[in-house]
Amino acid sequence: MARVVVDVMLKPEILDPQGQAVQRALPRLGFEGVSDVRQGKRFELEVDGPVDEAALARIHELAESFLANTVIEDFTVKVEEEKAGAGK
Amino acid sequence: MSKTPLDTVEHAAETPDVELPWAELGLKKDEYERILGILGRRPTGAELAMYSVMWSEHCSYKSSKVHLRQFGEKAPQSDALLVGIGENAGVVDVGQGYAVTFKVESHNHPSYVEPYQGAATGVGGIVRDIIAMGARPVAVVDPLRFGAADHPDTKRVLPGVVAGIGGYGNCLGLPNIGGEVVFDACYQGNPLVNAGCVGVMRHEDIHLAKASGAGNKVILYGARTGGDGIGGASILASETFDDAKPSKRPAVQVGDPFQEKLLIECTLEAFQEKLVVGIQDLGAAGLSCATSELASNGSGGMRVTLDDVPLRDSTLSPEEILMSESQERMCAVVEPDKVDRFLEICDKWDVIATVIGEVTDGDRLEIYWHGGKIVDVDPRTVAHDGPVYERPYARPSWQDELQSDDANKLPRPATSEELKDQVLKLVASPNQASKSWITSQYDHFVQGNTVLAQPEDSGMIRIDEESGLGVALATDGNGRYAKLDPYAGAQLALAEAYRNVATTGAKPLAVSDCLNFGSPEDPAVMWQFAEAVRGLADACQQLGTPVTGGNVSLYNQTGEAAIHPTPVVAVLGVIDDVARRTPVAFQEEGQLLYLLGDTREEFGGSAWSQVVHDHLGGLPPQVDLERERLLAEILISASRDGMIDSAHDLSDGGLIQAVVESALLGGKGARLVVPDGLDAFTFLLSESAGRAVVAVPRSEEVRFNDMCGARGLPVTRIGVVDGDAVEVQGEFTLTLDELRTAHEGTIPALLA
Repeated sequence: MARVVVDVMLKPEILDPQGQAVQRALPRLGFEGVSDVRQGKRFELEVDGPVDEAALARIHELAESFLANTVIEDFTVKVEEEKAGAGK
Repeated sequence: MSKTPLDTVEHAAETPDVELPWAELGLKKDEYERILGILGRRPTGAELAMYSVMWSEHCSYKSSKVHLRQFGEKAPQSDALLVGIGENAGVVDVGQGYAVTFKVESHNHPSYVEPYQGAATGVGGIVRDIIAMGARPVAVVDPLRFGAADHPDTKRVLPGVVAGIGGYGNCLGLPNIGGEVVFDACYQGNPLVNAGCVGVMRHEDIHLAKASGAGNKVILYGARTGGDGIGGASILASETFDDAKPSKRPAVQVGDPFQEKLLIECTLEAFQEKLVVGIQDLGAAGLSCATSELASNGSGGMRVTLDDVPLRDSTLSPEEILMSESQERMCAVVEPDKVDRFLEICDKWDVIATVIGEVTDGDRLEIYWHGGKIVDVDPRTVAHDGPVYERPYARPSWQDELQSDDANKLPRPATSEELKDQVLKLVASPNQASKSWITSQYDHFVQGNTVLAQPEDSGMIRIDEESGLGVALATDGNGRYAKLDPYAGAQLALAEAYRNVATTGAKPLAVSDCLNFGSPEDPAVMWQFAEAVRGLADACQQLGTPVTGGNVSLYNQTGEAAIHPTPVVAVLGVIDDVARRTPVAFQEEGQLLYLLGDTREEFGGSAWSQVVHDHLGGLPPQVDLERERLLAEILISASRDGMIDSAHDLSDGGLIQAVVESALLGGKGARLVVPDGLDAFTFLLSESAGRAVVAVPRSEEVRFNDMCGARGLPVTRIGVVDGDAVEVQGEFTLTLDELRTAHEGTIPALLA
């Protein structure tokens, strides 16, 4: 079993109101020096069986059609090997 | 467009042979040649960007202008009109020192690409039009049209659009008080997402978009400028979608309603302190539009330093900054000694505001970037003197055949049982079914001034708590009628909205329209457009309700198949005291039901012909505007004098649809008697215009009949409010439970 991570981010040219809200809040809380924040979504998929090309293709498809709205969002897919005690 | 070397005016003059991507930006060859003629040299990249977006169909109205002139030429004399067509929105006097501004716009194409954000930014855009007039937005409405209710793509588009409207409007704290939801296969690839907004102000607070007075500062305030929606105006709104070219898929805009809310408060506070000389919202074509329109409406020129525009993305080129359609931005012209106070107010509301230029005493719009002059144009040539096309138009060859395919000849129900089944099928059909699953996702009552909202005939908002002064707004349109006869169809849309306003007890005052059509390059579509505009202008003249503004959406077409011509008409009315309003719901058992107006055998384009026979042919119902005016007068008088307790206009679905809605909303049934001279089928299902059904308390019966008799309005007693079923004597009985299940179950079953 392996973990596949899909990261979804708004495309760079798209306005990110949530990220901006975080960015504006930072100096108010005393955290200076951050000029921009963009907020995204991270999906961790536990995949049965080997993560071969076919499995990755399937994950790519589900990410493109379901996890991300590709009109306004980009996504990346990466495989994370399972580690014992990786709960930290 | 390369950024190096900087394409300044000087550089452009020295390099006349540089090829510019005018075709990719949507300009035609003769349009590009016209720009060369105006400038006497090749345009710079930035100038080309400005011309291309401002001369697009969406911004220049180049195909529709020659027809739209009729709204001005045929405008009826109206004391109520304070600001007419041509400004951001029209302004109407509603008495007691109040003025109301309202407008309907389309956001069709973006809503198909990205339903949530497309619809949300549609609301944002129309709200900014209203604040640019100096008014506080008080309500929004949304006329929507989608493909077949059971088509899989409708399930993608509709929930997104509805959530987008709800999300943006609810966050702004604006009640959504009306609109429509219509399904028809013709809107499959081209859903119509129209958005309307009403704003209120005092007479003295009206503001116009102009930049006058040399030395005055131009302030851009609101969100930072990013790379969203670039070329949206020229590419997105002006060409049909073409599956073969995915690269043309535009960058959509994402809205931020909380930023918009700050913009509303900040703008109104600046108005309050009289800090603003001129103002313009940034919508389609962004800064290109705002600078060229402000400059050309004022007396002088304008100089802008583009480097001062606050950016979200520092890599943007000047062309992109000029074309960006980033949301939640506005542009104000402020006298120099008031700039500090203006910036202070913006700062208070946490709104970024920057002086980006000033008004000059010349007549040029000059824009600088990194010290070089990249734009030097006469702003009028950009904003107002765009190309105007007399597009060829011709009555389509199939129109006669369509009109001769008479719906009155369709097989009618042979038995009472069959009639009952068809009625049940009608009230459960997607177009006639209850839309509360959709409208309940909008906040109707925020701000506490909503008097009537969906599913009433028109939305109504109280604008003065002391006197109870209120305004009503209804939007209507029937693409099926307009397809059969665009001239009559546009008039029927107006008549229905006018009637809807009067049915609630308000006096209709003014009109805004959103004209949704296919490609103007198709002579048949252009003919539909020309006929619809002519019909609407004639009818507005006759009813005394001027068109105050609106919007045209063309290219609603996939391949050869255009949508039904769909003029959506909004009518604004005023009511002296909202406590006198008339609701749709039956109020009390025992009240008498009267049908006002004449019922003829009119089934062309009817809901019955669609639901039972999947048929569209024949002629739409007759238009009689004098009758509409008389009916409205009766409904308003009866409402004011307390002669009627409920009223419902008759439109698609005919009398039975209206009675079922009133019965279900009131939780009280009705016993109906088919009047002499009519058969049950025609009585229940004909869609003759100029009719309404009213419930009259017994104590008012004589007075009401006398009034109708004295003014010559046909009135027929058709039954009584009673029981927990709708019974048509001698024909059938349907219990309210049966009707409710049928009427309210359809939309959730399809979409939930």
